Amino acid sequence: MHRVASSAVDWNAIREDFPILREQAHGHPLIYFDSAATSQKPRNVLDALRNYYEHENANVHRGLHELSSRATAAYEKSRQRVASYLGAATADEIVFTRGTTESINLVAQAWGGKFIRARDVILLTEMEHHSNLVPWQLLAERTGAQLRFVPVRDDGTLALDQLPSLLTPEVKLFAFTHISNSLGTINPVAELCDKARSVGALTLVDAAQSVGHLPIDVRELGCDLLAFSGHKMCGPTGIGALYGRADILDSIPPWHGGGEMIVSVTLEKSAFKKAPHRFEAGTPNIAGAIGLAAAIDYIERIGRSAIFEHDAHLAGYAVERLTELPGMRVLGPREDRGALVGFVMETAHPHDLTTFADQHGLAMRGGHHCNQPLMRRFGLAGTTRASFYFYNTTAEIDRMIEILRAAVRFFS
Amino acid sequence: MSPELEELYQEVILDHSRRPRNFGDLADAAVLVHGDNPACGDEIHLGVRFGEGGNVQDIKFTGRGCAISQASASLMTTKLKGKSPAEAMEMFRVFHDLVTGETDDAPRMLGDLRLMQGVRKFPQRVKCAMLAWRAIEQALQQSAGESTISTETDFVAP
Ligand SMILES: Cc1ncc(COP(=O)(O)O)c(C=O)c1O
Repeated sequence: MHRVASSAVDWNAIREDFPILREQAHGHPLIYFDSAATSQKPRNVLDALRNYYEHENANVHRGLHELSSRATAAYEKSRQRVASYLGAATADEIVFTRGTTESINLVAQAWGGKFIRARDVILLTEMEHHSNLVPWQLLAERTGAQLRFVPVRDDGTLALDQLPSLLTPEVKLFAFTHISNSLGTINPVAELCDKARSVGALTLVDAAQSVGHLPIDVRELGCDLLAFSGHKMCGPTGIGALYGRADILDSIPPWHGGGEMIVSVTLEKSAFKKAPHRFEAGTPNIAGAIGLAAAIDYIERIGRSAIFEHDAHLAGYAVERLTELPGMRVLGPREDRGALVGFVMETAHPHDLTTFADQHGLAMRGGHHCNQPLMRRFGLAGTTRASFYFYNTTAEIDRMIEILRAAVRFFS
Repeated sequence: MSPELEELYQEVILDHSRRPRNFGDLADAAVLVHGDNPACGDEIHLGVRFGEGGNVQDIKFTGRGCAISQASASLMTTKLKGKSPAEAMEMFRVFHDLVTGETDDAPRMLGDLRLMQGVRKFPQRVKCAMLAWRAIEQALQQSAGESTISTETDFVAP
């Protein structure tokens, strides 16, 4: 793992690697504060996609010709790249999927379908993104299993003092987010995995908001399963992965049937490949996987520790500046937060604020952020969210504050 | 300030959003419609009392939402009082066409509601403008009792 100090990186030069950051929006220089929804892509990722289609494009694992060999090698090398990026023991522990949502659904449907019975418990938290909630609701409906939730405290952290009464032997899986996409809370993954293990529950980490932002080593964290999306970490859309410890993946039956995932097929019956290929029916997103590997290359060149430091600095600075504004309520923990800030202002509804900002070239997100139960928990219909990545600057945050001040004047 | 913003948030609209007219619970309402915009969590509770011939005798609303949805509801209630069901439905249709950009010249019958024409440049905000109107559309159809509607037309209640 790279250990580059944030101060050693030329953050302004990095912006040059992202062609889209030169765009204008409504006649203003674009300020992109919506990276929690999807990040922008550096040139090397765009080049990797183009290079693949110009020099390697063919289907994988089936052709006997040169291009197919190149495509297969590039695709499997990408799997290796993801494995080493996450600290997985082998590349076989990496299943390519469309992203976090599909990874979680794979576990809920295929693992849940085999192992979950009525009265088993799936433990979640109140801060889960809908993609780590709805699949479990569907499983609970099908099997009669129960869902339990770790409550969220007013400061946006999990009420860990309640874990002993929630994390009981009936819990078969504890699925939780690493970083909350609305609150910015960073959950203590290793501690939660440890506690889950002590009652024999598996753990699934939703790393959508963390995988591109801080160093992650699945074996250090001690998680059994981990889901993420490439598009939030400089990669293309439509690609992501599920990490699963080898023995766990091997115990899960196939979920989608089709080509690529079989060893032999008769009209009556099929024999399936081992993990991860068993879970990759049909032609996969080959270009996406290659683009994801390029994104990992890019991130590792900067270094995840440096990125985390820079992100934390931006988020801290944003919180500090936002609280200068009148009628401002910032959600989530004061300290130790991920690269995003959700807030509400007395003078303007999140929708109005987001529209106003957009007209000034500032892209933020307004609404419930796929966190309806969490919004209800805080008595809100929604928030405005400014989310950052390493290509953002404090100067952009200053500009955001100016725009929000103008909004206060406009709406009050 | 961009002209689009000035047009979207005209002074009258901001005024109605800050001081919504006919805001509150309607005593002895014949119909109570709860409207929901699941895309943003905004909600409206619209009470209607009908008079002779089914005319809208009184109409009030509560709820919370953005400036556009609040102003639209406020303006709507001032406009619909005393209207027959047919007139109200016509108003619904004309208003819908105005904010979705189906008609270019805003019909005079809409009065101040014409000021909401700026919404057409913000397709993501049409649902905000239509929330109260979806509620009154439902109220006119049932004429008694309580119900729930959503701006997501393909919304299926769990
Ligand atoms: C915490 C969290 N989990 C899951 C997701 C879903 O990711 P995707 O839509 O890429 O599957 C997101 C992204 O919106 C997220 O922020």
